[in-house]
Amino acid sequence: MAPAQTEVSQRRDTSEDPQDRTPVVSVRRLWKVFGPKADEVPGSAELCGLTRRELMDRTGCTAAVRDVSFEVSPGEVFVVMGLSGSGKSTLVRCLTRLIEPTAGEVVFEGEDIRGADPRRLRELRRSKFSMVFQHFGLLPHRKVVDNVAFGLEIRGMSKAERVRRALETVELVGLAGYENSYPDQLSGGMQQRVGLARALAGDPDVLFFDEPFSALDPLIRRDMQSEVIRLHHEVGKTMVFITHDLSEALKLGDRILIMRDGRMVQCGTGDELVGAPADDYVRDFVRDVPRGDVLTLRWIMRPAEPEDALDGPELGPDVVVREATRAVLAAEKPVKVVEGGKLLGIVGDEEILSVVAGAEGGA
Amino acid sequence: MAVAADATASVTPLRERASRPMVVAAVLAGWLVLFAVLRGRQTLTLAAADLTGLHRWLNDLNDSIGANRNSNPLFLYFFNEIRLAIDNLVTFVQSLISQPTGTRPVPQIGWLGVVGITGYVSWAVGNWRVALLAVAGFTFFGLQGLWQESMDTLALTLSAVLVALLIGIPLGVWAGLSDRFNRIMTPFLDFMQTMPTFVYLAPLTLIFLIGGASAVITTVIYAAPPAIRITAHAIRSVPETTVEAANSLGTTRLQQLVKVLLPMSRRTVVMGVNQTIMAALAMVTIAALIDAPGLGKTVVQALQSLDVGTAFNAGLAIVVMAIVLDRVTTAAAARTETARRTDARLLRWRRPLLAAGAIGLGFVIYVSHTYVWAAQFPGHGAVGSHIASAADTTTGWLQNHVSGLTNGLRNVLTNGLLNPFQTLLTDSPWWLVGIVLVALALVLGGRWAAVTGACCVGLLVGTGVWSDSMTTLASTAVATVLVMLLGVVFGVWMGRSALVDRVVRPTLDAAQVMPPFVYLVPFLALFGATRFTAIVAAVVYAAPVAIKIIADGVRNVPEATVEAATSAGCNTWQIITKVQLPMARSALTLATNQGLIYVLSMVVVGGLVGAGALGYDVVAGFSQGQLYGKGLAAGLAIVLLGVMFDRITQAAARRTRA
Repeated sequence: MAPAQTEVSQRRDTSEDPQDRTPVVSVRRLWKVFGPKADEVPGSAELCGLTRRELMDRTGCTAAVRDVSFEVSPGEVFVVMGLSGSGKSTLVRCLTRLIEPTAGEVVFEGEDIRGADPRRLRELRRSKFSMVFQHFGLLPHRKVVDNVAFGLEIRGMSKAERVRRALETVELVGLAGYENSYPDQLSGGMQQRVGLARALAGDPDVLFFDEPFSALDPLIRRDMQSEVIRLHHEVGKTMVFITHDLSEALKLGDRILIMRDGRMVQCGTGDELVGAPADDYVRDFVRDVPRGDVLTLRWIMRPAEPEDALDGPELGPDVVVREATRAVLAAEKPVKVVEGGKLLGIVGDEEILSVVAGAEGGA
Repeated sequence: MAVAADATASVTPLRERASRPMVVAAVLAGWLVLFAVLRGRQTLTLAAADLTGLHRWLNDLNDSIGANRNSNPLFLYFFNEIRLAIDNLVTFVQSLISQPTGTRPVPQIGWLGVVGITGYVSWAVGNWRVALLAVAGFTFFGLQGLWQESMDTLALTLSAVLVALLIGIPLGVWAGLSDRFNRIMTPFLDFMQTMPTFVYLAPLTLIFLIGGASAVITTVIYAAPPAIRITAHAIRSVPETTVEAANSLGTTRLQQLVKVLLPMSRRTVVMGVNQTIMAALAMVTIAALIDAPGLGKTVVQALQSLDVGTAFNAGLAIVVMAIVLDRVTTAAAARTETARRTDARLLRWRRPLLAAGAIGLGFVIYVSHTYVWAAQFPGHGAVGSHIASAADTTTGWLQNHVSGLTNGLRNVLTNGLLNPFQTLLTDSPWWLVGIVLVALALVLGGRWAAVTGACCVGLLVGTGVWSDSMTTLASTAVATVLVMLLGVVFGVWMGRSALVDRVVRPTLDAAQVMPPFVYLVPFLALFGATRFTAIVAAVVYAAPVAIKIIADGVRNVPEATVEAATSAGCNTWQIITKVQLPMARSALTLATNQGLIYVLSMVVVGGLVGAGALGYDVVAGFSQGQLYGKGLAAGLAIVLLGVMFDRITQAAARRTRA
């Protein structure tokens, strides 16, 4: 058996051409600074240049999110990853203004939500986006079905209607039969399913996940990750997912944004992070990822030299190395990497082995 | 003393801490030396009937308020209105259950109706067991021949609780929601809770006169703080993430409050209601001193005529009422938790059963409204007479047979500990005692505690009752030492053994719900009307809280540390003295703080049974017009003593924690 594989997001089809669709969420130059005179920090070129520590000493302010920009396309699973204290949880709360951003824009379906008044903000929260929390945040005095229906209830939906809708959602997340239980009668994983159902019940456009599975056991965590993938297939929601776990990020994310000390370090697909780390921090991060599971042929092919035999089998550039290994090693001649009838490069035994062997050596 | 302080200032901080007991010892030694030289000078003694300028001024103030009560706009449109509203409420509740009104010779609802209501409500909010307890307890009042007195106490308590909750819960919610309001409220609540129940009475009578309305207002002031505090705490302890989750779904502030915060804090708020009711009952019985009707009055009158039997009978009724109210509200708090766990089948039966019960209750109330046998409790309280005479007999027997023992104990403690200490305090020049107090505050609590101490000493001199304050201080100090001895012995025992804890703790809990008043009765039987009775009652009243705090402190010493000490070869005594007690140091200081506050409040109540000093001054102020101002000044002196004890021990506790 192969050693533990890193599972990789397999849904490239949903985000093949992010350019031709308008983004659902676009964040531009977002800042969140805590502390006295927080407003002055983003505007000052001098203060912006300081490290977190220096800023703390100079002004007493903590910059949790510093100058972050990104866009999330419809149907995409966008992962924000970073260690604790990197500002990722603050970032996601800024997107729904659970925490008020200090500067920058958060444009949601063409509307800058920083300009929304409290009433409009409530409307957005009720119908456009919802959130799943690390510690669930369920209401212990309500049954599962009433917890799921809570968001609908505060919108003013009639009781029969919201119960019907809640029961559907409970079924969808695989909790049928537990509608009348109370949260503290459920296991952690099941409680988080309630949290998920509550977020889904309102049929939002975007789901935000704040480290939803960090508090769960590893096995349950894996189940829940698969559950999210399944739900994404079924309902196709846009998701913004916060995690500190690289394998979770690679498994779920179409694109991954890596944060460190409030700054964004790199943003790209999983194979981009592994194949072309932006700096030593990211390189260190992805060091233990089995490269063969993440990299595609595009990353390891070399230009065809005149002496290469060009009558070998053909493969696409987005085939993962692990899946191509057998074909490449079995072929007598180097494999041609072809996209749209155009020869991009070739992959021989050497290239494959350097990735596979290198990965297994832990390099 | 100054030399000693200089010496410690020059050594390193680490050494300074170790030498703090030595500084204290030096201060005390210096005091003794100066006492020997200066004994009997500048002691500021004041005879019982003597007054100072302040006292006369307060008398005049009282007179002028009495004269202008119906012309001064502040009284006409504010205080009198409050008094009227409260008076109406009290009269209304009394007319329902305790006092005859209009042409009716009996209250609207007779004993049978009240017992029925009590049982039904206890069952509905709690369970059938507490309902049985409540029915039995209330019937017992009738058998004791104290039905009307009990109902007066109940009426006052319920009125006060109603008002206290109407004020307290909204304020608590506000304090729970707003940090700023919470910051403003907390010092007030702290201050109100350190005050002995007693001292609320005097200033309020100045404004609201003596009687039921004043009693209820005092009680409201005393009982609202726990409601505010606990409600705020409940709102604040709703998990952040739940609030955030509700927020992220787009709740308005009102929805947030009604659908999330209030339901989630319900259980804690019900516990707050329990605290409020118990505080109210304690205060209502003490308010007998300002002519509040009810059981407290029976006890006070009996105490003043040293009629132990009657006092015991009425005290027993207070105890029973405290137990019933406590059990019912505790069961109600538990019910909010367990209700949804109960079997669905039982739940389906519950509603029809409640409805059937309500119909039965309506019938019972009607009967008790209409027929005399159900309105007036039959019999003449034969059980009560039996209890009283049995108590008298027991007292007589005790005085005849055990008096050698009790008197011996009393004399040893009085002559060996109390009298010398009291002499030291009262016969030293006032400035010497003042300097010693401030120096101790400085050593134990730090600079700010010393400043507070100096202010309190200055104001105490100003009240004109310095000598009485010193007598009260002596009793309080002696009682606190005894409390701490008991606290350490039982606290360590409980902290080390889970079994002992399980056995002793319920007793302590029960002891804590009793109004302080009733503690006086049995000790009056044992020791007669002396200072010592008040001290013993105070020790018994304050010990439970000290024991519990120390037990928790000892229990909280990490298991690993004890294990490490055991594996290093410590024996039990070494573990207690070298590991557990030093590590529970902050619990010990906290226990001293609470012990002092509890003891102080009891020692002044002891003024009723011959403890004299400040407590007597206050009581005498209620009954004798010319001593009114002195009583008020004595109340102020009690407050000052309380503040001084509290600030110094709090500061000391903060230091030990640091």
